[in-house]
Amino acid sequence: MMKEIVNRLKEKFPVTAEIYQRDDLTFVTVEKKYGVDAVAYLKEYEGFTHLVLLTAVDWLEEGEFQLTYLLNNPKAKHDIGLRVRIDRETAEMQTAHHLWPAVTTYEQELNEMFGISFPGSPRQGHRFILDEAWQGPPPYRRDFDTKKYSEETYFPRPGRSKIDPAEHMKKKLYPEGM
Amino acid sequence: MEKFKDFKKRTVIAPDGEKIEIDPMKDYYCDAIPTPRKDYDKIPGILENFKNWARSESLWILAYGSGCGAIEMRPLMTPKHDAYRYGIQWRPTPRQANLLMISGYLSVKTLRIVVRAYEQMPSPKYVMGLGSCTINGGMYWDSYNTINRLDHFMPVDTYVTGCMPRPEALIAGFDELKKIIRAGKGVGADKYAENFAWYKENQKKILGDVGLPEYSW
Amino acid sequence: MNPIITKILYALLTVFIIWNIGMVLNGFTRKVYARVNKRYGIRIYQPYIDLIKNYSLDTLVYHGVMYYLGPIFRLTSGVGMVLFIPLIYGSEIFSNFSFAGDAILILYFMFFGTLGMALGSNETGQPYSTIGVARGLAQVTAAEVPLVLAFLSVFIQNQSLSISEIVSVQQGGFMHWTMWTNPMATATAMLAYLGSMMRSPFDVVLAPQEIPIGPPTEYHGSFLAILSTNRPIFAVAKTILFVNMFFGGATNWGMFILKATTLYMWSVVTGTIYPRFRVDQSIRFFLKVPLIMGLLSILLLQFM
Repeated sequence: MMKEIVNRLKEKFPVTAEIYQRDDLTFVTVEKKYGVDAVAYLKEYEGFTHLVLLTAVDWLEEGEFQLTYLLNNPKAKHDIGLRVRIDRETAEMQTAHHLWPAVTTYEQELNEMFGISFPGSPRQGHRFILDEAWQGPPPYRRDFDTKKYSEETYFPRPGRSKIDPAEHMKKKLYPEGM
Repeated sequence: MEKFKDFKKRTVIAPDGEKIEIDPMKDYYCDAIPTPRKDYDKIPGILENFKNWARSESLWILAYGSGCGAIEMRPLMTPKHDAYRYGIQWRPTPRQANLLMISGYLSVKTLRIVVRAYEQMPSPKYVMGLGSCTINGGMYWDSYNTINRLDHFMPVDTYVTGCMPRPEALIAGFDELKKIIRAGKGVGADKYAENFAWYKENQKKILGDVGLPEYSW
Repeated sequence: MNPIITKILYALLTVFIIWNIGMVLNGFTRKVYARVNKRYGIRIYQPYIDLIKNYSLDTLVYHGVMYYLGPIFRLTSGVGMVLFIPLIYGSEIFSNFSFAGDAILILYFMFFGTLGMALGSNETGQPYSTIGVARGLAQVTAAEVPLVLAFLSVFIQNQSLSISEIVSVQQGGFMHWTMWTNPMATATAMLAYLGSMMRSPFDVVLAPQEIPIGPPTEYHGSFLAILSTNRPIFAVAKTILFVNMFFGGATNWGMFILKATTLYMWSVVTGTIYPRFRVDQSIRFFLKVPLIMGLLSILLLQFM
């Protein structure tokens, strides 16, 4: 069943990878330039009318972001995850807000937290989750050091020490040693 | 007020269609910075002592839940703990409160609101920090949007430690605060006015100038 | 001493006594509420401490002249009511400034404070105040209609607008009270009394859980203190007005306190056991049963 859908998708767009996770869950990867077209095809022709989520994974070592459009077919109760790899440096992707208005929110979040830009999408660059005065880099990128940022910005109180719970309990329960 | 000269007048359309222009200086912003009370750090006289006693016995809390500790305040109203018998009440507006409880972690966005709420309370006003998050960041110490220590942004009178403190600890904290006020040491608002530049600098380092006026009464 | 000065001094003494009775009743009410909730409750003298504290807080915002005058109007209406109601029947001292036709003036004073408060709150520009004022005025006006009908019925019955005369007609025994001679008007007035006391089920206007606290959102420090000085005076003044009109007045201070407390408890008990009405519900309530009862009480007079 899912194989047929993927095969039909393959005829239209070059699919670079496919994973059959469960009977009702499949992940396919397409190239960036076919991404939104493939989503539109799945929505219009294959009945995947519901967008569950749009999320990003930061593959720092490979220099790429992986976007996942998770789509759901409410009639057949199938899910398909459409993955797109985009370059980490330019970090740009076509917008899909014309398919579902709700995509705008996901795109705004990715724009804010990962620094991925979606040209043409509404409310890009407007503050959404972060504070209006946020100056730092996008905080969900893996090369963003939250500890360093926090220490530089939020006036840490000195004298903070760390205790390993296992060591502490061992010392407390068996003072003479095991 | 050099920096306010660019502010445009806000136009409000009344229900009958009339357009009303509102002076920006009288709208949201106040150009007067606070001033400390006279002789606030001297030993209080009889009248001041009496007033301090009344202030300590009637703590009205601003019921603004800024963090997870807001959950710990509800049991205080219930039959089990019943903080009302110590003269503690919850008020829904900052104007009528004289104790601001920071109930746990403060994200940057919450800090913006808290600063404005604090400035709108009539002095003498007191601040009580709940939990380790207000002291040194607690478990959010390395988070990118949670402030680490509260006393850089507003003067804190008492801290109640714990993560989160139990309601009993809160009542003990109120007791401690009452002692401080009765001794005439609850002068947070005056300290804030005295070190106003330093507090504002710290606030603006994080919050910028967006929506944070010089002083919001 | 000049008689008018004596009279003024005694009037001030009256206001002071009434205020104290109101404060104690206020604390007692909250204690009752707490005990019903199985709490220990506040100390009885907590309202006094709150008042002293509020007077010793800073007042820092200027919202315009009406903002200052709002609490003053409110206080005036409370004190004015006390001054024109004969508190103790037959007592020269505590009849205060009551005169023939004073009932109209008192009805005016009852509404005057609300209007002043509404103007003052609107001046703050705080949207919660404005919503609170709209709700409060709607509800008070709805409660006022049956109240005025009930009073009118008593005026027609006695052919008099003077509260002193109405009280004097009721002297001479338990069965002479308006409660027995005009039961329909009394029942109407008792329902309207609930509406004007700002207690549950008709306290949605001032409820802290609603839009923050309604009209006095912006009031703080000594403005709030003036408002809470007035509240006990106003409540007791209203109560004693109803005692005078329907329950035979009082001939001494013991009777005064007994009757006032008993009637006050009527609103407290109702408030404890009934949940809150929304504004539209309470308006519908007042414009149905109490309104018909009020009209009936006037009609029934024709057959008595």
